[in-house]
Amino acid sequence: MAILTLTINGEHVSGKDDESLLAIAEQHGIRIPTLCHLDGLSDVGACRLCLVEIEGTPRLFPACTTKPREGMVVSTDTERLRKYRRMIIEFLASEGNHQCAVCVVNNHCELQNMAYETALTHVSVPYLYPKKELDASHENFIIDRNRCILCTRCVRVCHEVEGAHTWDIAGRGIDCEIISDLNQPWGTSESCTSCGKCVLVCPTGALIEKGEAVSEMEKKTDFLRYIVTARQKREWVNLDSDEE
Amino acid sequence: MKPRVATAWLGGCSGCHMSFLDMDERLIELADKMDLVYSPIIDIKNFPGNVDVTLVEGAVANTEHEEMAHLIRRNSRIVVSFGDCAVTGNVTAMRNSLTREAVLDRSYVQLADITPQIPRDYPTIAELMTTARPLHEIITVDAFIHGCPPTADQIWYAVSQLLEGKIPALSNVYLRYG
Ligand code: SF4
Ligand code: SF4
Ligand code: SF4
Ligand code: FES
Repeated sequence: MAILTLTINGEHVSGKDDESLLAIAEQHGIRIPTLCHLDGLSDVGACRLCLVEIEGTPRLFPACTTKPREGMVVSTDTERLRKYRRMIIEFLASEGNHQCAVCVVNNHCELQNMAYETALTHVSVPYLYPKKELDASHENFIIDRNRCILCTRCVRVCHEVEGAHTWDIAGRGIDCEIISDLNQPWGTSESCTSCGKCVLVCPTGALIEKGEAVSEMEKKTDFLRYIVTARQKREWVNLDSDEE
Repeated sequence: MKPRVATAWLGGCSGCHMSFLDMDERLIELADKMDLVYSPIIDIKNFPGNVDVTLVEGAVANTEHEEMAHLIRRNSRIVVSFGDCAVTGNVTAMRNSLTREAVLDRSYVQLADITPQIPRDYPTIAELMTTARPLHEIITVDAFIHGCPPTADQIWYAVSQLLEGKIPALSNVYLRYG
């Protein structure tokens, strides 16, 4: 492990060579919008919201999966990036079926928050209104694929943290969808332990608890930090006292 | 001359208009500042010409809405999508992943108490479009007021800006879906 120095938004910063640009930016109080990233899970670069510019190349790089190099010059908040980020939210909105007014996570939704952060006044591409399935066969939970943005947080938490690997992605391109086990109703899954982790990490109203009404469900993801630090460092952090 | 303002009601539940009335005593102030020349809450039949600002509630869901949208655009300097159904399609567009036939059958046949039949061949009844669309997919829209319904404060902010001849910048606390 080596310490590197680089520039982010004109500010000289240092970071470890095995950390992501996102992590280094975060340590220096530079906020980069994200959706698929979640502290405690591996990074896959699925949503592209964290795209940054790196001097010397016209390509854009997802900060969550890009490692630093000595002397790298990074911009995280340019006009071009703001435009692309808004466009990503437009695509996510138009590829699903989102009616916030009747959604269980209304006012507590990461997709909604990103729409606000990118000042999305309206979706300029045509809405696709795809036909998506809702599966309420699980005893406690529902997956409503109309609200799924394919961030794969559920897939990763179930595989990496719970160890059950119930979720996977089937299909290609626009037809991709989240499936349980061998593409069977969630309620018939033999691998699911009903732990509820996927429901809590899902950034949208795609994975929800049964019995919650419109705007009622607020997700808490700090349990993940508790479990992951316990496992990696054998430390059992007190989440309550930490928040103060 | 005071600005000529209109409000129209397409495929929505009227909630946005109810929220407009929720501005309470601020309506008196508005009455001094503008002329309401067309609205479902006043008694006038035809959309007038030479309107400064028109707020449009609801998605474009049938052929009558579509004609109305074009009529509004032709006669208004500024058109505002008023509420989530106009902005995104929202609840009105929840039927869009179903076929039109299935929607008509459910509404007029399966759930009918008396004389179940799909209304057809009546020239006075507008035809349901295959999908309900947000207003800006049908006509050019100049500004957006979000929310289902928008709050009275959001409407007050937007209308006050519009009356001053400004396009409300809703990239702040007033941008709020749902
Ligand atoms: S998941 Fe979020 S963006 Fe989608 S309908 Fe629900 S609240 Fe709105
Ligand atoms: S409830 Fe737990 S085991 Fe079941 S799918 Fe979700 S994360 Fe996996
Ligand atoms: S169900 Fe939720 S967590 Fe899983 S991919 Fe979809 S949006 Fe992400
Ligand atoms: S947060 Fe980096 S790609 Fe999603």
